[in-house]
Amino acid sequence: MLNQTILNATHRAQGARMVDFGGWDMPLNYGSQLDEHHVVRRDAGMFDVSHMTIVDVRGARVREFLRHLLANNVDKLKTSGKALYSCMLNETGGVIDDLIVYFIDESFFRVVVNASTRDKDLDWIARQGSRFGVTLTERRDYAMIAVQGPTARSRVHGLLSADGSERAGKLGKFVGAEIDGMFVARTGYTGEDGYEIMVPELDAVTFWSRLVGAGVKPCGLGARDTLRLEAGMNLYGQDMDETVSPWEAALAWTISLEPADRDFIGRAALVTQQSGGVAREMIGLVLDDKGVLRHGQRVLTDRGDGEILSGSFSPTLAKSIALARVPAGAVAGTLAVDIRGKALPVRAVKFPFVRDGKPCAGI
Amino acid sequence: MSEIPGDLKFLRSHEWARIEDNGHITVGISDHAQAALGDLVYVELPEVGDQLQAGNGAAVVESVKAASDVYSPVSGTVVAVNEKLADAPETINGDAYGEGWLFVLKPSDRAEFDALLGPDDYAEMIESEEH
Repeated sequence: MLNQTILNATHRAQGARMVDFGGWDMPLNYGSQLDEHHVVRRDAGMFDVSHMTIVDVRGARVREFLRHLLANNVDKLKTSGKALYSCMLNETGGVIDDLIVYFIDESFFRVVVNASTRDKDLDWIARQGSRFGVTLTERRDYAMIAVQGPTARSRVHGLLSADGSERAGKLGKFVGAEIDGMFVARTGYTGEDGYEIMVPELDAVTFWSRLVGAGVKPCGLGARDTLRLEAGMNLYGQDMDETVSPWEAALAWTISLEPADRDFIGRAALVTQQSGGVAREMIGLVLDDKGVLRHGQRVLTDRGDGEILSGSFSPTLAKSIALARVPAGAVAGTLAVDIRGKALPVRAVKFPFVRDGKPCAGI
Repeated sequence: MSEIPGDLKFLRSHEWARIEDNGHITVGISDHAQAALGDLVYVELPEVGDQLQAGNGAAVVESVKAASDVYSPVSGTVVAVNEKLADAPETINGDAYGEGWLFVLKPSDRAEFDALLGPDDYAEMIESEEH
């Protein structure tokens, strides 16, 4: 039996093609995944992301606990509502999950983790948190709607109270606030501006309908995947997992080794890997020929084989792009991908591939 | 779901075949198949002159979501391919049974065509798959 979000019947009524997404019955698309992708790049679309796991972490020592739990440093969070992206590592430096943590106050941080890793994440956080005396409260009473695109914020503002609209308008990027009984955060997974809105479950269907009325188009998880790939954002389980360190997943920017005395889980392993050099690295690829790069395809390099992690057709670029893991140093040589027995040449590029609706330089 | 034209025959793997007046056989994928795949973005076709075996891979259609092999419903020699699909693969999404055809074969054994599923049997098969 699949889990359902509170919006399940709404999706079905709006003609969604539903799919089993990690045990959740979620919309893949409402007709055309390509149209949904473009509407987010050009206007405003929304995604039901209520399957994601929201956990409130409370306690007098909660900041100290998160300093220990996460590879990024929560001491960067100084003002209420500010968010931080981080990996949660095991002792060997493997990625248990990636997450967003919001600082609310010194005894309360809010964490959002992936749906597919919910059980192991909650176990791990509870186990690590016990000696810090923190309590965990899963917020199943919230639905979550991501409203994304260049016009997303203004369309949301029109649905808020005068005061709420003004406060939302002042939110900086990667900051959230309690507004009109919802938690409105200027975050996302598409490379566009917008909000991720935690809305009490009982109000979610009404709020979704009001968003439709405000011109926000419902979009499925298919478009969400092509949007995040264009934005160069990792997908847990596909681009990294517990066998991969952040160094090998292009997540070095999320590792905070300073100050040197912050003893976070996985730190020793990361330091060792860094001084020894890692064997693999994650790179961006573009296929200029016709064809589609897909997860699991072999990448042929001068230094041995690599593999495609996330690969797809890019609707914005009208050609295929991918994230790949290859032997360290291979990026300097010639690269090809084995597609059904044919070695097609590919180009290594910096990613993101697309930002704020536009192809990035060199793509 | 659009109406299935009565002159088509089907493979269980969702390819359609239509016999033309000159005895050649046109092949495509069903409307049900294009809907399941979603927006098509790339089509790899056989070449004119290729010899195809019934039930073997003859083409590949790729949507944003997935790549899918297309099997030849009958054996024969490829006499035409739908070149327009190279630049407009979405034609298949819009008109799977018409403009979205993939290739045309000169069949080597007409009996293979006769043995394919009729439109009613195919409709029944996809109906039962959905329940």
